[in-house]
Amino acid sequence: MSEASPAKAYALHLGVIALLFVLSFMLPDYYHGLLARIMVLAVFAMGYNMLFGYVGLFSLGHAMFFGAGLYGAGLAIIQLGWSVPLALLGGIACGAVLALAIGLLALRTTGVAFMIVTMMFAQVFYLLILYFAAWTGGDQGQVVPQPARVLNLGATSLDLTNPTVRYMSALVLFALVLLVTLAVVRSRYGRVLVAIRENEERTKMLGYDTFSNKLIAVVASGTICAASGAAYAVLFGYVGSSFASVQYSILPLLWVLLGGAATTLGPLIGTVFMYYVIDVTSGYTSAYLLIVGIALILLVLFFPKGILGSIRQRWLGWLP
Amino acid sequence: MTPLLATKGLSRNFGGLRAVDSVDFTLMPGEIRAVIGPNGAGKTTFVSMVSGRIQPSSGAIVFDGTDITSLPAYVRVRQGIAYTFQITSIYANLSVYANVALPVQLTLRHGPSKSAIQAAVMTALERTGLADRAHMPAGQLSYGHQRLLEVAMGLALKPRLLILDEPTQGLADSEIDNFIVLVRDIASSATVLLIEHNMPVVMQLADRITVFNAGKILAEGTPEAIRENAAVQEAYLGTAP
Repeated sequence: MSEASPAKAYALHLGVIALLFVLSFMLPDYYHGLLARIMVLAVFAMGYNMLFGYVGLFSLGHAMFFGAGLYGAGLAIIQLGWSVPLALLGGIACGAVLALAIGLLALRTTGVAFMIVTMMFAQVFYLLILYFAAWTGGDQGQVVPQPARVLNLGATSLDLTNPTVRYMSALVLFALVLLVTLAVVRSRYGRVLVAIRENEERTKMLGYDTFSNKLIAVVASGTICAASGAAYAVLFGYVGSSFASVQYSILPLLWVLLGGAATTLGPLIGTVFMYYVIDVTSGYTSAYLLIVGIALILLVLFFPKGILGSIRQRWLGWLP
Repeated sequence: MTPLLATKGLSRNFGGLRAVDSVDFTLMPGEIRAVIGPNGAGKTTFVSMVSGRIQPSSGAIVFDGTDITSLPAYVRVRQGIAYTFQITSIYANLSVYANVALPVQLTLRHGPSKSAIQAAVMTALERTGLADRAHMPAGQLSYGHQRLLEVAMGLALKPRLLILDEPTQGLADSEIDNFIVLVRDIASSATVLLIEHNMPVVMQLADRITVFNAGKILAEGTPEAIRENAAVQEAYLGTAP
């Protein structure tokens, strides 16, 4: 909200990126791999947050955008033999085109209807994956073969199955999306998005084409989620229908709510926190989801704005 | 001189109710025009059609020589028609500054710099006397100041036609006096269309008055002529004995 302290905000975000870089050399193997996965999924959460947090559009179908990236990139390698960079671009393009089509249709609705419409489209997407099992591998999914997961950059070639390369690739994607999100949120366009969330009717009467602005936000959000999906396919080598199921539409919502909707770093914090809680509790009991659920209920009751949202409200008003 | 705004046969039905019934209306540039009438006379429906919030059932709206009947509201705003809401509609969670920055960044679309936005926002806030509250959340302003913020947002659009829908509703007397000064100031750069129930305000401000009753224009003229008009007295006070 505040106009001041752009330097502070950028310093904080660069600091977080630097911290993640340093962690790569300090973490034990297990957590090193986990954090790489978390960074890729945090990109998914950031894409969701752009629409849910900033525009206030409650989608329950974002798994289809993640899935579009995942299958777009994965199948391009498995079935078409594309190289990694092309497959990544293909996956992202799939997500962008899908988001444009879904946006044009779903944005005729708002509120609960928007939630239901996006969820229905996501179910259609999920069922299509199962229906075309011959191509997609159905509910078994498919493995992206290791030899194909190599990124050729001129003379050097990077083996994406190598843990360090994988971690750094995830970090590059994460940092890129984080900084783009920060720039968008602080831009004039970001202010229009928040205005639509706060009072759409008023925003129209201030001369803004709210439909187009929302459509752009849906496409941006879908594209970011597809980038996360495409990176997941390439870095972790598995393309499965569970990633397009309704569970993966709800997860980014939970991560964002936990970390703090409409905060730039909330999605990362929420994703880390959720994985941390699952990791710790699953060591003690097989009913760890019960404990996760209780933790979520307590959080929503006492910190409805999420971890970072509460911190911003109470202490650090300048957080973007 | 071409009128700034003209409507021809403008009508709007809500079910069986004809809220606005083939209204022919013209407004010349530079005027302060008051629209008065009993509750349910169709005043707000009429200006809502002019601003584009409601589509007319039939008829045409011409703004500065161009037919705007089929244009969406946001395009009309960009062409210079600003509307301030009857029921205060601000961004309660955003700062006063951010509320005004939003319309400002639209008018400065071509090559706006941060300092240009800041200057324009502060100008609009100073004209409405809100400059020292720029960094308060808008929702924490007093009701009177929220009404002023509505006007500041309208001003920031640099409109050619500013529509004020019952701007003094709920204001204290002292605030109303300041408001009259403000509207006169606005009228030096824009045409003002004012819906108002407070008769002293109307009589002091308006160059001309249009009286609505039951969806039709009942009378139109200078404040003095309207004051003396028998039909208007009847509509407001009932039949003379």
